[in-house]
Amino acid sequence: MTCKYNNVYVKDVATVVGVLESNGKLSSYFDKKYYDYYFGMESIEQGEVKLFNDAMDILLKKTNKKDTDIDLLIGGDLTNQIAVSCYGAKKYKIPFLGVYTACATTMEQIIIGSTFIDSKKINNCICTTTSSNLVSEKQFRNPIEYGAPKPKTATFTSTGGASIMLSNEKSDIKVVASTVGKIVDLNFKDANNVGAAMAPACCDTLYNHLTNLNEKVDDYDLILSGDLGIFGKEVMKDYLKEQYNITLGKNYDDCGTMLYDFSKQKEITAGGSGPVCSALVNYAYIFKQMKEKKLKKVLLITTGALFNPTFLFQKQSILGIAHAVSFEVVK
Amino acid sequence: MNEKNFNEIVEKHKPDENKLLNLVKAFVIGGLIGAFGNFLVEFYSKVLNVSSNDASVFMIITLIFLACLFTALGFFDNFVHFGRMGVIIPITGFAHSMQSAALDYKKEGLVCGIGSNIFKLAGSVILYGIVSAYIVGIIRFLIGG
Repeated sequence: MTCKYNNVYVKDVATVVGVLESNGKLSSYFDKKYYDYYFGMESIEQGEVKLFNDAMDILLKKTNKKDTDIDLLIGGDLTNQIAVSCYGAKKYKIPFLGVYTACATTMEQIIIGSTFIDSKKINNCICTTTSSNLVSEKQFRNPIEYGAPKPKTATFTSTGGASIMLSNEKSDIKVVASTVGKIVDLNFKDANNVGAAMAPACCDTLYNHLTNLNEKVDDYDLILSGDLGIFGKEVMKDYLKEQYNITLGKNYDDCGTMLYDFSKQKEITAGGSGPVCSALVNYAYIFKQMKEKKLKKVLLITTGALFNPTFLFQKQSILGIAHAVSFEVVK
Repeated sequence: MNEKNFNEIVEKHKPDENKLLNLVKAFVIGGLIGAFGNFLVEFYSKVLNVSSNDASVFMIITLIFLACLFTALGFFDNFVHFGRMGVIIPITGFAHSMQSAALDYKKEGLVCGIGSNIFKLAGSVILYGIVSAYIVGIIRFLIGG
């Protein structure tokens, strides 16, 4: 499903990051940096709620708006029952929608928000997402302090909060079109290699987006996948070539490989992941480049691995999903 | 969509884990922990003048205490990253798994948090340890009389 939008623009963005992201490659682009794993709160879960609130507050301050000026808030994160978004959103008097598609959350939020704005149901909306490495480790994997060795293909859930305000008021960056992805299942079961698990979904959405809009890879200055990581990125290139006969050139990269400094940060094995990983790269770095007119037309595809430990232990496969949104500089 | 082709592509890009190096590391580190344990047994039996059986118990308590303390201080996971199975398989790994689970769930309270989650990783070890000891015991009884 591909939709075109006529009057949806990116008003502004806000990003907050944790310790490792503050020491990463894109450190200078973020609005607020924490050097504390608890973000000054009682527990790591409350800390993630703080990230959500920080990302919201900074965005409202930047855009000079009060919460009552906003028509819709779309939140999403990785915690069970998306509790962080719900507890984060209670502070604001904004109608709230919660979404979950793992690491594909941000583009899903933007697609929903853009569709509301384009159909003139609302004037503006805020999409906020968070993830926290420690919260994800505790929930999905082993206890935080447990030092189980991880294979090289494992990705590292990023810590941070990111907000974007979409509006029908004209600005530099226009939301042009979007494609909602299908769930792709290739019976892949390695939870330590989710980059590879998500690659086929990413290829499928990219192919559908380009075909439905009658575009080619070279029409974009940059095509950016969500968080496939170092190895998933190569799987994606090969699979796209083999299955769809599309070759990705120098205008393709992956957010998971851009956020951290691999030479210094050895704990980041295959790259960053989590919904906020692609959000931080896209909102803080890519949109800034677009505002500076270094990039004109960009396609962002966020990828999510849909599974939970229970289904995985019951020998079910890891499902992949990817949503694509293209952005263009207009002024 | 072809699963076989996809799996071939995935395998092609999968990095090799350095199994031999991990094996050597685990052997050496595990051996060092064993040697340290033996040193403690000798030390306790000489200094405290207790039997070697009692000294073994003191040694186990010391290793468990150190593993728990270092886990709580936050650097034992780095030991494990380095020494891998050499640190996990001795009693230090067992203590580490319980201590790390307890740390995770302390905010959820004593009963619903620590109480119900402390055996998150160690539970399997205890259960199947007891079951296999039971089975081996029966076999021993039947064969050995």
